[in-house]
Amino acid sequence: MFRPRSIQSSLSIKDKILSIDYILVISVFILGLTSILAMYSTDGGELKYHTQSHILRFFVFFGMFLTLSFIQIRFWHSQSYLIYILFFILLLGVKYFGLTSSGSKRWLDLYFMNLQPSELMKVGLILFLAKYYHRTSIENLNRIRYLFLPIVVLIAPIILVATQPDLGTALLIAAGGLTVAWLAGVRVKFFAISGLAFLALLPIAISFLKPYQKSRILTFLNPERDPLGAGYQIIQSKIAIGSGGLFGKGFLQGSQSYLDYLPEKHTDFIFTLFSEEFGFFGSLFILFLYAIIVWRIIKIGNVTRSNFGKLFCYGFGTAFFIYVVVNMMMVLGLLPIVGSPLPIMSYGGSSMMAIMFGLGIAMSCRVYKDTPVN
Amino acid sequence: MLSPSSGNTVIKSKLIGRRMFLLTAAKAIVTFGIIGRLVSLQINERTKYKTLSDKNRFREWKLAPERGVIRDFFDKEIASNQQVYQVHLIPENSKDIEKLFVRLKTILNITEKRLFYLRRVIAKQKPWEPIIVSDNITWSEFSRLNLFLHELEGVKPIVSVARMYPDNSSAHILGYVSQVSAKDLQTKKYLKDLHVPGMSIGKTGLERKLDEEIIGKIGFQRYEVNAYGKRIKQILINEGQAGKSFKTTLDFEVQKFTSELIKDKAAAVCVMDVYNGDIVSLVSSPTFEPNEFVHGLDKNYWNSLIKNEMKPLTNKAIAGLYPPGSTIKTLVALSALENGVIKPLDTFKCEGKIELYGEKFHCWEKDGHGIVNLRKGIQRSCDVYFYEVARKLGVDRLSETAKKFGLGKKVLDGFIEERAGVVPNTKWKKKFIGQNWYLGETLHSGIGQGYFQSTPLQLCLMTAQIANGGFEIKPRIIFDKKNNNLRDFIKYKNENPNDPLPTDLLVSNFELKPLFKNQEHINLIKDAMFSSSNEPGGTSYRHRWENKKFTFAGKTGSSQIKKFTEAQREAEVKQESLPYKDRDHALFVAYAPHSDPKYAISVLVEHGGSGGKTAAPIAKKVIKKVLERHELRERIDSLLGEQV
Repeated sequence: MFRPRSIQSSLSIKDKILSIDYILVISVFILGLTSILAMYSTDGGELKYHTQSHILRFFVFFGMFLTLSFIQIRFWHSQSYLIYILFFILLLGVKYFGLTSSGSKRWLDLYFMNLQPSELMKVGLILFLAKYYHRTSIENLNRIRYLFLPIVVLIAPIILVATQPDLGTALLIAAGGLTVAWLAGVRVKFFAISGLAFLALLPIAISFLKPYQKSRILTFLNPERDPLGAGYQIIQSKIAIGSGGLFGKGFLQGSQSYLDYLPEKHTDFIFTLFSEEFGFFGSLFILFLYAIIVWRIIKIGNVTRSNFGKLFCYGFGTAFFIYVVVNMMMVLGLLPIVGSPLPIMSYGGSSMMAIMFGLGIAMSCRVYKDTPVN
Repeated sequence: MLSPSSGNTVIKSKLIGRRMFLLTAAKAIVTFGIIGRLVSLQINERTKYKTLSDKNRFREWKLAPERGVIRDFFDKEIASNQQVYQVHLIPENSKDIEKLFVRLKTILNITEKRLFYLRRVIAKQKPWEPIIVSDNITWSEFSRLNLFLHELEGVKPIVSVARMYPDNSSAHILGYVSQVSAKDLQTKKYLKDLHVPGMSIGKTGLERKLDEEIIGKIGFQRYEVNAYGKRIKQILINEGQAGKSFKTTLDFEVQKFTSELIKDKAAAVCVMDVYNGDIVSLVSSPTFEPNEFVHGLDKNYWNSLIKNEMKPLTNKAIAGLYPPGSTIKTLVALSALENGVIKPLDTFKCEGKIELYGEKFHCWEKDGHGIVNLRKGIQRSCDVYFYEVARKLGVDRLSETAKKFGLGKKVLDGFIEERAGVVPNTKWKKKFIGQNWYLGETLHSGIGQGYFQSTPLQLCLMTAQIANGGFEIKPRIIFDKKNNNLRDFIKYKNENPNDPLPTDLLVSNFELKPLFKNQEHINLIKDAMFSSSNEPGGTSYRHRWENKKFTFAGKTGSSQIKKFTEAQREAEVKQESLPYKDRDHALFVAYAPHSDPKYAISVLVEHGGSGGKTAAPIAKKVIKKVLERHELRERIDSLLGEQV
């Protein structure tokens, strides 16, 4: 029924390389090249700082992704908690030694790069909970005693990130963690109860929001409220995307971004820029690439034998999907501007690193799909 | 091999798989939601967003066109353009407007009031729209501004052109230009696509009449701008089109001469070519300074204009209404002759007054004129004679003739300030006053008093049409080479004295409209006017020209403001001893030279007393000036004729 453990552990290098999911690798690579084109356009058609460092990051972390793929799944399983704790310590470090930029403290200065641990925590939490629920038996799953630890590991980083303040990332971390918990079989009623509790606490939470956060939410509800202020980003983003039309204005021809009407065009609004220059079909192309990536990650979850692998791939795949759609819905005016990067496309080393890290573990699940983790 | 937990693991896997399936379904829905949004933005609403994107990108700056110039008959510019130095400000280019204002105040002469106004404008308009800080600064201010320009972010020194009037003698007929008001934008359709901040438009006179054509077409510059309003590149520039220039029939020299002559009086003078209606001169006094209006009027100056009881802003020649007084007697006589009511040699006896319908009607000559016929009636301006004639004629027939000769209607095109005046008759009184006509009023009408109201221009036209032999002409002020049929007709008649064609046919061949039944009647009136000016006893005899070249034939008039009481009449109160406001208006109409009429003139002096004493001497001088320049005018005319 099961292949002997010895078969798995004695995979030859050739076997390992052949068992890589090439569709996933190629999709990520094409997406990376596309992102370089987009970045080149944000630099006004010149090979300037943003483009150069984006190229460097993409290839470095793409290499990291491929390298991590060959690390034993058992290693990831055994070190899950440790990785989480490491990331948590980094988050704590931000709180005390972090760099402050435009009013929030999100980065650690690592000399060669500014690291944003909250991005890493997105994957770290999924990894932790995948291991936790892998080890928790189905009978114990819904016992209150067994819910305690997940709640703590979920809440603690979220509070740290939300107080940086970085509401968007905090919510995305929560989304990933909750997905894993739900997939593992935690009853819906617990989500409903905590949802209600959240609603009850919402007024208090709102009173803690910074004025700019409040205004973002109000602006989302009515962007024309203050067209030159907080609503400006959404309006200009919609204008850019809409004016792209079917085929777009052409590469390097996006007047909205070229003339600086588009805010944050390197990071949160990179999709807007691409959409303006390449139109509806360009947008569909990006959406298609992301769909393939998500599909391949889920597919790995399907074929991997261990529940740890399944939970991680499903959790990470779903979280990846959420990152993409939250960003897109944001720039399309369907969600408030919460500040979340588009995976791989957006400029930003930590986000790229976290995504490639997650992809590496997922690919390791694929290479060692038949290896039991314990 | 199979551990007890492995069954558990399989169950767990299945649970995870089930839940993952649900998640996948949810993902598909969200994905389609996003695609739907993209379809809506990029396909359904793409035109809307493309427009919005272009609105972002492009910004247009309008350029005010150069106003056309107005020239006189000799091509001298009487409303021209001059270079002016202006200070414009683009608010968004300045970091601190208040600081800038403080700095500007040290360089330029700006009032606190102006700054207050500027702040209000800045608050209202888009930050990239330029505002005009000052539209006319001196050269020294301008050079100082340029010197300190590096400290004045957002300020732009501009060299522009603005209206300039070399002289204020023609202020009334030319009118003035001033800033566009909110009301102008509402009422004048042509301004809709034309409005540029700081542009001036014609408010009165010719400037207003010609405004639509003289403004020109605005130009614009279209720039691509970035989100901060910085101009990235020029996409399009359209220079616009300078306004059309106009040549008028006015003679600037005569304008200046006349204006100087009457500058201390509330008066008006019109001079007209009797053959083609060309207005050679049209002056109203006191005048005002039209240049003051171009760059925002000073309040004190405005108040002084408004409060001046001589009404400097009114163009008295076309907008002042005065009873024509005795000048109407020419038409009364003509109407009576034409209607066969009197014969030229019919006489009446003037004893200084007559009593009719229980009312006393006085002649201005207290002792009477004795036996008076038509010629003497006009020569001496005998009121009693004209009471008798008017009584026989009736007001309705008189009004018909008066209207034919241009009284009671506007005679120019497009001057909003022009007034029509009144030619009364029985119907008119019934309609506008609601009463029946009294016979006594006919007598008053017979000497141009009562309801009669006319403008000096109308009286000039009336005289011109008598002088040219009784043909209708249309007064005009914009030069026109054509339409000189009357002169051609006269020339033809002089060259072919034996043309067998009857006069009627000739007249219609030249497309002329005679205002008479029998031209002899016109000649009788002209002869009577000649005697009035050139024979002893005539009302303007004292102010005649002996020189044949300048000899004119005229008719005096005084229009009564206040009825003389019996007591005043007994005491022989002189006009000069009355309060200014109660004195009669002095009038004089004439044509010259008598032997070969060329020009007609009308002179009005408000509260000037008697026409013979006050108005005639002015006419005398103007006539000489105009006739002296006649040859020059002829030469220009023939030169232009050759060009055709």
